Amino acid sequence: MNDLVVARGTRVAARKVAGEMVILSADDSSLYVLNDIGTAVWEAVDGRTPLSTIVDDVVCRDYEVDRDSALRDVQEFVAGLMSHGVLAEVR
Amino acid sequence: MTEKAGCAAESRGDILPAVPLPSGVVIEVGNIPVGLNTSDPALVGLLEHRFDRFLRPDRIPAFQFDVTVVPQGTFDPEADLTVVASDGRWTLRRGDFRAEWDAGKRRGWIRQTLNPYAIDSVLRIVHTLVLAAEGGFLLHASSAVRGGRAVLFTGPSGSGKTTIARLAPPDVTLLTDEISYVRRTGDGYTAFGTPFAGELGESGESTSAPIAALFRLDRGADNLHERLGDAETVRTLMRNILFFATDRSLTRHLLDTACDFAARVPAYRLAFAPDARVWSTIQ
Repeated sequence: MNDLVVARGTRVAARKVAGEMVILSADDSSLYVLNDIGTAVWEAVDGRTPLSTIVDDVVCRDYEVDRDSALRDVQEFVAGLMSHGVLAEVR
Repeated sequence: MTEKAGCAAESRGDILPAVPLPSGVVIEVGNIPVGLNTSDPALVGLLEHRFDRFLRPDRIPAFQFDVTVVPQGTFDPEADLTVVASDGRWTLRRGDFRAEWDAGKRRGWIRQTLNPYAIDSVLRIVHTLVLAAEGGFLLHASSAVRGGRAVLFTGPSGSGKTTIARLAPPDVTLLTDEISYVRRTGDGYTAFGTPFAGELGESGESTSAPIAALFRLDRGADNLHERLGDAETVRTLMRNILFFATDRSLTRHLLDTACDFAARVPAYRLAFAPDARVWSTIQ
């Protein structure tokens, strides 16, 4: 899971509004509004960088959080978005 | 032989058309006339009654549908609405109708049982698709014009859209108590009246006005309103916009439009007690 690499889904539209990422699914018109950490992770996701590196370079650098709990929270957040096709695992 | 036939056709053309003119109605909502061609007089009667304020026989339709009435029981009456796009053709299905629409050719057909609701649904869907491409949307909202400017009241069922419309003073013109029609115009957005009625069971007026404000309805003891941030406005819009497409390009357009609307039109949370004072609050 630490080496998980994800990319943004191909069936979504996303816009940053007042610091929050607003994501609309083309499949079922579901709407996702990410908080500031979620937005930072979304912006860092590029289909190449492992999730653990994103947590180190983006989340732990910019927010005062414990690394293990940050990684756990981000993994949970990413898994949730993957289950709706908003993010996709890169193999 | 050919010449004689040609001459005969020409001379007869002065008296009778060579091809029977299609009968039907033209329904214009949001300045977009849609032609519904049908030879069924009972359906024409139903449509003329339901859409009476929006009939525009003088307009050339931007889109046309050939409508055929089929017997009850032709379709599964329990079938939910599905909207599917493939190669520019949209297929619409529900328990009371089947329809296809070629957006590029601006033509389509509808097979439906004898009721006014199938056309109502097809019109809503076609308008959402047209508006999504050009920068507009249909919104679950009542809307009204006062002093030449429109206000929208959005929220889910039970939030008070119809109540606030009922409470409108006499100088207010109701555009709709259920589905608002929003188009980008110039530097802002314009609301148009719609025939898509809610609990009032009465269509809005066929008029339009630039939108001054959007209100998200909350029931409350006092009449108060507070400004919504842009992100909350986009969230509110996306929860209440009618959208049927699963097309990625239209989805992007729609989100762009919602963000643009939020940047241009002030939006407020409105808590209101159900009495006429609410209209003083928002003035």
